[in-house]
Amino acid sequence: MIVKTLSSLGHAIIDSIWKLGVASSFIARVLTRSSIVFRRPRLLVDEIHFAGVLSLVIIVVSGLFVGLVLGLQGYETLKRYGSTGAVGTLVALSLVRELGPVVSALLFASRAGSAITAEIGIMKTTEQLSAMEMMAVDPHARVISPMFWGGFISMPLLAAIFSAFGILGGYLITVVVIGVDGGAFWSQMQASIDFHHDILNGVIKSVVFGFAVSSIAVYEGYAAVPTAEGVSRAVTRTVVTSALAVLALDFVLTAFMFTGGV
Amino acid sequence: MTKVNFSYSNRAIFDNLNVGFSKGKVTAVMGGSGSGKTTILKLIGGQIKPTFGDVSYSGQSINQLSYDELFQFRRKLGMLFQFGALFTDLNVFDNVAFPLREQSTLPEVAIRDLVLMKLHTVGLRGASSLMPSELSGGMARRVALARAIALDPKVILYDEPFTGLDPISTAITGDLIRRLNDALGITSIFVTHDINASFKVADEVVLLSRGQVTARGTPEELIASQDPFVRQFVGGQVDGPVPFHVASDSIEEDLKIRILHRIAK
Repeated sequence: MIVKTLSSLGHAIIDSIWKLGVASSFIARVLTRSSIVFRRPRLLVDEIHFAGVLSLVIIVVSGLFVGLVLGLQGYETLKRYGSTGAVGTLVALSLVRELGPVVSALLFASRAGSAITAEIGIMKTTEQLSAMEMMAVDPHARVISPMFWGGFISMPLLAAIFSAFGILGGYLITVVVIGVDGGAFWSQMQASIDFHHDILNGVIKSVVFGFAVSSIAVYEGYAAVPTAEGVSRAVTRTVVTSALAVLALDFVLTAFMFTGGV
Repeated sequence: MTKVNFSYSNRAIFDNLNVGFSKGKVTAVMGGSGSGKTTILKLIGGQIKPTFGDVSYSGQSINQLSYDELFQFRRKLGMLFQFGALFTDLNVFDNVAFPLREQSTLPEVAIRDLVLMKLHTVGLRGASSLMPSELSGGMARRVALARAIALDPKVILYDEPFTGLDPISTAITGDLIRRLNDALGITSIFVTHDINASFKVADEVVLLSRGQVTARGTPEELIASQDPFVRQFVGGQVDGPVPFHVASDSIEEDLKIRILHRIAK
């Protein structure tokens, strides 16, 4: 019984390492075939439109609501200490350091990541990728690389837009609706946010999340079993794996960036 | 293909397969389901590699080619997939123009003329602005054929070109395979189940069974053959060397095991 359990555990570990190796080799191949995005920038622009521009609505609306909630919660807490002017700092720090990169990455995985996986998976199912290969056109370069870079570039931009609209939401609810002093809101925010420590670290997080989510999305699409059920499972795996990867990476990055390691 | 062995997981498809295809001829590869017809096309196209043996073209071993060399080699090939495999986000014109835009440095004016000529060859010049979703199965197959010949390949591989087509479309597709082969001086290999259509088109027919070439010859030779397998296949007979049941333990064995399981419970 113990031998059987250990054997299946060992098998699962070896299987996971093997899959990680396959995925890494796939991503390495995509990266080494990326010169096409410089030679034919139109392909990249189309993918940035697909992954980034078409995700704008969900990012803007979500950012706005997250900012509204942060503003309300922050105001209610800070009111007890008579420091409601610091609500701008609270909203901005929460968004720039954490919520902006993390929530936008989760939304990006759900909207764009799933769409990328589905598109590649369906192309595989309908033999479009095979047809491309037989025309001597490498799908890693022609299809997957622009999709990967489109997602990778869009992600930090979406995180920045999310944070900007979140701050706007916080401003609207605390300054315009509740009546907190606007000067205090902006000046305290400006005084307490450090470009390198807060904004740059937030950008680095969103870049890392962009790499992770885009890699997972293109790999799951390419590795999908070429059936309707296979593509559906691949899309689910993209969303679940991306969410877990983003949260785990966020913990690791936060530990190193803001506490100097745990 | 020399001494080729190939299996999917544990299921052996080819066991020491030796088969060649004549230059400039139309060859039909036929056989029952699971006999490895499409696998032959995939081996020739380098999409899969044999576990043992050699697949070569004009002395060049396809299964020994590097990733980049393989893509160079594929410029000599055209392939028609079973359901066309057209790019669904591109219209008919752009589908046919795709390989030209990707593989050549021709100006757009020249590409336009070439695409219209290829579409004219398959009788679909008037459908150039349609999307793949607006095409019938036969039309999609013809567009895919126009795309396959866009780069003037030396060899065209057809995967089940007649599947799901009505009799008129089947005849049109068969006629196109024949005419393209003769007009362009290429080599055509197609896999199919359709005896009537393939015997009208092919110069030579290769029959596969149990991982081997069971019979080979002109359509006339196969029709006249007394080989039991050829007679069963060509005549579409139920009784013959090809069994109805997939190989398994005897039904008595299986049922006894079930009964014993019930008793044990």
